[in-house]
Amino acid sequence: MTKKSLEPFLWTLFSAGGVLAALLIPIHLLLFGLAVPLGWAYPSYEHLLVLLRHPVTRVYLVLLCTLALFHGAHRFRYTLYDGLQIKHLNEVINVLCYGGAIVGSVLTVYLLWRIP
Amino acid sequence: MSQTPIYTEYHPRWYRRRTSTYWWLRRPSYLAFILRELSSLFVAWFVIFTLLQIHALKQGAESYQRFVDWSKNPVVLIVNIIALFFVVFHAITWFKLAPQAMVVRLHGKRVPAAWIAGPNYAAWAVASALVAWIVLGG
Amino acid sequence: MSDTITLHVARYRPEVETEPTFQEYQTPCRKDWVVLDALNYIKDKVDGTLSYRWSCRMGICGSCGMTVNGEPKLTCATFLTDYAPGPVRVEPLRNFPIVRDLVIEMSDFMRKLVQVKPWIIRADEKPLSEGEYLQTPEELDEYKQFSMCINCMLCYAACPVYGLEPHFIGPAAIALAQRYNLDSRDQGARERMDLLSDHTGIWGCTFVGECTKACPKSVDPAAAIQRYKLKAALSWFKSFLLPRGAS
Repeated sequence: MTKKSLEPFLWTLFSAGGVLAALLIPIHLLLFGLAVPLGWAYPSYEHLLVLLRHPVTRVYLVLLCTLALFHGAHRFRYTLYDGLQIKHLNEVINVLCYGGAIVGSVLTVYLLWRIP
Repeated sequence: MSQTPIYTEYHPRWYRRRTSTYWWLRRPSYLAFILRELSSLFVAWFVIFTLLQIHALKQGAESYQRFVDWSKNPVVLIVNIIALFFVVFHAITWFKLAPQAMVVRLHGKRVPAAWIAGPNYAAWAVASALVAWIVLGG
Repeated sequence: MSDTITLHVARYRPEVETEPTFQEYQTPCRKDWVVLDALNYIKDKVDGTLSYRWSCRMGICGSCGMTVNGEPKLTCATFLTDYAPGPVRVEPLRNFPIVRDLVIEMSDFMRKLVQVKPWIIRADEKPLSEGEYLQTPEELDEYKQFSMCINCMLCYAACPVYGLEPHFIGPAAIALAQRYNLDSRDQGARERMDLLSDHTGIWGCTFVGECTKACPKSVDPAAAIQRYKLKAALSWFKSFLLPRGAS
């Protein structure tokens, strides 16, 4: 009965996303969330666009964003269970968490599919 | 598989305490746990922020400038500072717990935990430097 | 340092009370006394009605687990002087029903312990005449840490997941299952898998890590659970790629 459970698969996404999030999100946020708006760094628009056009960057961003989303969704689902004791809303929570991650992933792929 | 706990069927006098909804306030380590788990929200925020950035980049220089101006908004800035705090907390706890989840053996001997955590932190530093160099350099 | 200390001891007498209350006791605070010594002093000299479990008083039997100042502890290994000048709050282990005073009801744990089949399972038993199943020191090293469990249930008292979800098989039982799964003489990993890879098994655990901190024997149940998750994930992918005849 548990053989076809999705849990091992979701946990693998959670773990892979957790590794990527730990390695990469801090520097991304430091650069674009703090350094650029506060004027500590000035990466030019042209330079960033060249980067974004590169296929390796796009694959990198798709992997980072989708896995980070599934990591977040999985973890937040259990936070809701543990923190608020609302396990009886199981189905709603699953749809909201993983559904959100799927929508976000589709959006990421769509955005990075073609770069003008 | 697991039956209902058969505890109190014949023993109505056993005292059972229900776990409080605010159990995570009871001990500092529980609070640290729930904060670690809440980093998931800020990971999601980072993805939204990045998607907005990519969208702006695709629209052109003017649109990207508008995105940068928006990110200077104090509210956005404060959210990003809080998010940075949470994702760094996630990274530290993640690397710290990694040796517990994996066993590496060398010549039949278990590699000590510090040997697994150490390279994790080194990889973190290298990856961060690499991203910064690619984004800022050139 | 004062030579006496105050203990706030949880009392629950189901025939007179509907919920636990605290009772205050003064006991000597000697340098070589543990919390259990203070409780024995109360029982012998002050109040014979106090109920609690203990046996070996040397960290082997696993009977005297209680909550001391909010932390799950073996009271035989918790020195009074560490809490001086007091007061010390002594309560029964959390997450279990209370039978009386400091005595908790543990049959849920005992049942779970049996469910994970903590014994060596062989597919092919070899006859006695062929001798024992031999094991190298490396093979022993693989599981030895997980075999140190004394079933004191401190990890269950520390685990918020068990508190929230009583069906959760819990740290000690999963660690013990791993102890046998990792034993080179055992061939029962498959038999244990259905129970362990259920949502009340390893997937219920959110790696709070408190079980490992509470363990007086350095068993590290949290590690046992995470390693099993990794293994279960790998075998999931394997069975996905090779639907027939998967391991």
